[in-house]
Amino acid sequence: MTLPRIFRYGDIPEDKSGAAIISKETKTDWPLWEVFIRSKQGLDHKHAGSLHAADAKMAIENARDVYTRRMEGVSIWVVESKYITASNPEEAGELYEPAESKIYRHPTFYELPDEVNHM
Amino acid sequence: MSIQDLEKIFQDKIDNEIKIEPKDWMPEAYRKTNIRQISQHAHSEIVGMLPEGNWISRAPSLKRKAILLAKVQDEAGHGLYLYSACETLGISREETINDLHSGKAKYSSIFNYPTLTWADIGAVGWLVDGAAIMNQVMLTRTSYGPYARAMVRICKEESFHQRQGFEALLMLSRGTDEQKAMCQDAINRWWWPSLMMFGPRDSESSNSDQSMKWKIKRKSNDELRQQFVDMIAEQIKVLGMTLPDPDLKWNAERKHYDFGAINWDEFWAVVKGNGKCNKLRLEARKKAWDEGEWVREAAGVYAKKRLRKVELLRPAAG
Amino acid sequence: MTPLIKYLLHLADNTLILSQRNSEWCGHGPVLEQDIAITNISLDLLGQARNLYSYAATLIGGEATEDSLAYLRKEREFRNCLLVEQPNGDWAQTILRQYCFSQYQYALYQELLNSKDPQLAAIVEKSIKEVAYHLRWSSEWVIRLGDGTEESHRRMLKAIEELWAYTGELFEAADYEKDLQQEGIAADLEKIKQEWQLKTEAIFAEATLPMPRNVFVQTGGKQGIHTEQLGFILTELQYMQRAYPGAKW
Repeated sequence: MTLPRIFRYGDIPEDKSGAAIISKETKTDWPLWEVFIRSKQGLDHKHAGSLHAADAKMAIENARDVYTRRMEGVSIWVVESKYITASNPEEAGELYEPAESKIYRHPTFYELPDEVNHM
Repeated sequence: MSIQDLEKIFQDKIDNEIKIEPKDWMPEAYRKTNIRQISQHAHSEIVGMLPEGNWISRAPSLKRKAILLAKVQDEAGHGLYLYSACETLGISREETINDLHSGKAKYSSIFNYPTLTWADIGAVGWLVDGAAIMNQVMLTRTSYGPYARAMVRICKEESFHQRQGFEALLMLSRGTDEQKAMCQDAINRWWWPSLMMFGPRDSESSNSDQSMKWKIKRKSNDELRQQFVDMIAEQIKVLGMTLPDPDLKWNAERKHYDFGAINWDEFWAVVKGNGKCNKLRLEARKKAWDEGEWVREAAGVYAKKRLRKVELLRPAAG
Repeated sequence: MTPLIKYLLHLADNTLILSQRNSEWCGHGPVLEQDIAITNISLDLLGQARNLYSYAATLIGGEATEDSLAYLRKEREFRNCLLVEQPNGDWAQTILRQYCFSQYQYALYQELLNSKDPQLAAIVEKSIKEVAYHLRWSSEWVIRLGDGTEESHRRMLKAIEELWAYTGELFEAADYEKDLQQEGIAADLEKIKQEWQLKTEAIFAEATLPMPRNVFVQTGGKQGIHTEQLGFILTELQYMQRAYPGAKW
């Protein structure tokens, strides 16, 4: 049995033709951060984009200036991109397709008499 | 899997309108084309701040100053979205910017024209942003996911840019004789360069074919240009101004406006660095970057110092 | 001209001139994210200026508008502090100028929330969150640059040398401020000065920067006697309104 190969968002995939973020930190290049914004209370934080910042405080402030100029948010999360682990698209089949056969997880699988059909 | 198989899977995705995401396999040429196009687009946003930024300090009213500041700042934001999209293809922002400064990477030639009067700000908003939007709306459906998403965000924000430009010109067109003349003069100078923004004719464009097949581009240069002419030729009537093209007229058969020949010699001259402002623009960008180096370095060094301090204060594990 | 109008113009001029200065960075910032940040501050300050001018214009009456006040007064009629008209210099100088002003403005606006003039209090209430953010942003940058590299530290020292003489004026009440202070409309600058000193000492300590002592205080701005800088600023700012009198934009 082979376990899904998981590699970090910042890693270079083994076959070099794919794309990936190569985080090369030079002396003056600030690290890359991913920004997640909650657009209003009650909703989830959603990935908005990324930016560069020297530290977390600055990343929050930059995110505020860059991604909430038009009242798009009420809360911000930032995380350095290199700490995000992403699943490998090559393993999409084994990761996600097994769910396709489990149609009994969906309410529409069950046919009920009209009287209770709004259950 | 063989390269041929991978290429087939890739092209199937494109044909089925499935977006390509950063970690998906992609042909090297697709990656390079996207890097070239997205970074050019990003550079255009950033260099594009300069001709308009030129008038922030002289804006004729506080309201116009606020609008212009907000608009130019939006362009910085758009540059940032695009640089980020570019970074998902494995090239850092610093590398991308270095390519701009070394002259290896290009940006839209339109920004090598000078903004001489206040009316130019209106004309840039209406014509230059108007032309850019045609391209950008098309790109919201481009095949590379991060690029498409950046474009969606940009298009949402850009919608006020063209409107503010047109409104600024509308004020001039209803103003004093001097203001009307200023308005017409700006339109005269910006009309042809904005047509050139769509790039060479389809028969001469080197990148279009493959880009269309990969759905990076979805409309040809000439299609977009025609769409733009049709739009502007109607809008100019509201301004009561004219476009500087004696050959411009409605063609009932084609259901499009015919228009005169573009001076491609001028286009290539500006692309090759002989516009009025090529040097000025690039120097300004280089200067900002070079003079910012100590700032970027200091913030980086401070962040590391700070991290060490926090680690020293943390009680030892175990 | 009543003391209140003079005071409003003083507050408005401070924000307009600093906005004008900060906006010079737009397109030329040290990194894209900070280009956006400083432009945001410039926009906030411009918005504050417009609110204050508009209020002053209603008190002046007649043809006065935010634009006539910003574009048609001359050098000697501007009442901004000398600090805000000083050149951007490098990023260190811009940061220090912003910090010194924001720290002062924040303390001042906290007092003005209780101003007996309800309209002024309302304008201040709208602006104070912006000011709190400017203060936070500029404080962090003072610390970053002070405690960053040798070069950034040296540049901060130079900025202090350039600007410190202009900080004292913030706390010296002009005649119109004194009048309004008695009426409970303007704030007690002595109290603000103490808070400014205390907070600044703390931030400078964290930034490993020395707090200058016994520096000669340059004044005059609040009375319309400026440095040579202001004339050039106004020349650019007012060019269009001067060249096309009466035109609408």
